[in-house]
Amino acid sequence: MEFLIFLITAIVLVVTAVLVIVQRNPVASALFLIAALCAQAVLYLLLKAPFLAVIQIIVYAGAIMVLFLFVIMLLNLRRDEFGPERRKLQKFFGILFAVILFIEIGALVKLSLTGLPSASKGLDPAFGGAHAVGKLLFTDYLFPFEVTSVLLLVAIVGAIVMAKRKL
Amino acid sequence: MVPTSYYLILSSLIFSIGVLGFLIRRNILVIFMSIELMLNAVNLSLVAFARELGSLQGQVFVFLVMTVAAAEAAVGLAIIIAFFRNKKSANVDDLNLMKW
Repeated sequence: MEFLIFLITAIVLVVTAVLVIVQRNPVASALFLIAALCAQAVLYLLLKAPFLAVIQIIVYAGAIMVLFLFVIMLLNLRRDEFGPERRKLQKFFGILFAVILFIEIGALVKLSLTGLPSASKGLDPAFGGAHAVGKLLFTDYLFPFEVTSVLLLVAIVGAIVMAKRKL
Repeated sequence: MVPTSYYLILSSLIFSIGVLGFLIRRNILVIFMSIELMLNAVNLSLVAFARELGSLQGQVFVFLVMTVAAAEAAVGLAIIIAFFRNKKSANVDDLNLMKW
């Protein structure tokens, strides 16, 4: 049953990811990216990460993609402004190199995945919940967590400086 | 239970699709979405390893990666707006000001 859910979600994820990059209209691309992110949230649930699944939906599919859609609609691109796409030769080499990259990573996974200290048999039921992740975030990873706030502040200032017409 | 290697293969497939989108598209918005796809592929492998090793550190990393992705999206989209305002185009071939 779990494998069936994984299979369906993986197919949805791969198909929507391909649709993201082949769509000519950026709005359609963004909508398919939202679908891909939701499929990934399902995979997070299967991987015992319910907290991250919720964050994925709220922050990624919600906030970040709404920002994307806002910008796409702000730019208000017409069809003739999309510009010409890559030439045939560039497309051919792009596909070739992407396939080579996939084969390389696949070979690495196959070669190096033996001998991991697997602990997945005895995971405790609270694994991946907001309580467990939050506890780790506010003890061992307190400093990175605080630095995150500075990063977001810099991003806010930077975005305003970039996007504002006249300061 | 689905083996971790399946998740890693799926993750590498999504990453390759992101790389492919980055290489073959010229619309700057779609290139930006391809970067998001790649970030998500890496997140998926981190979560898969977190379950495999029984350690929550991978999930904390994913949390931090998501924050960086949010900051990157905000600044990147601001750059796209500035670019579009100056060049009236969303094509990366017009981004050649620093090209020698």
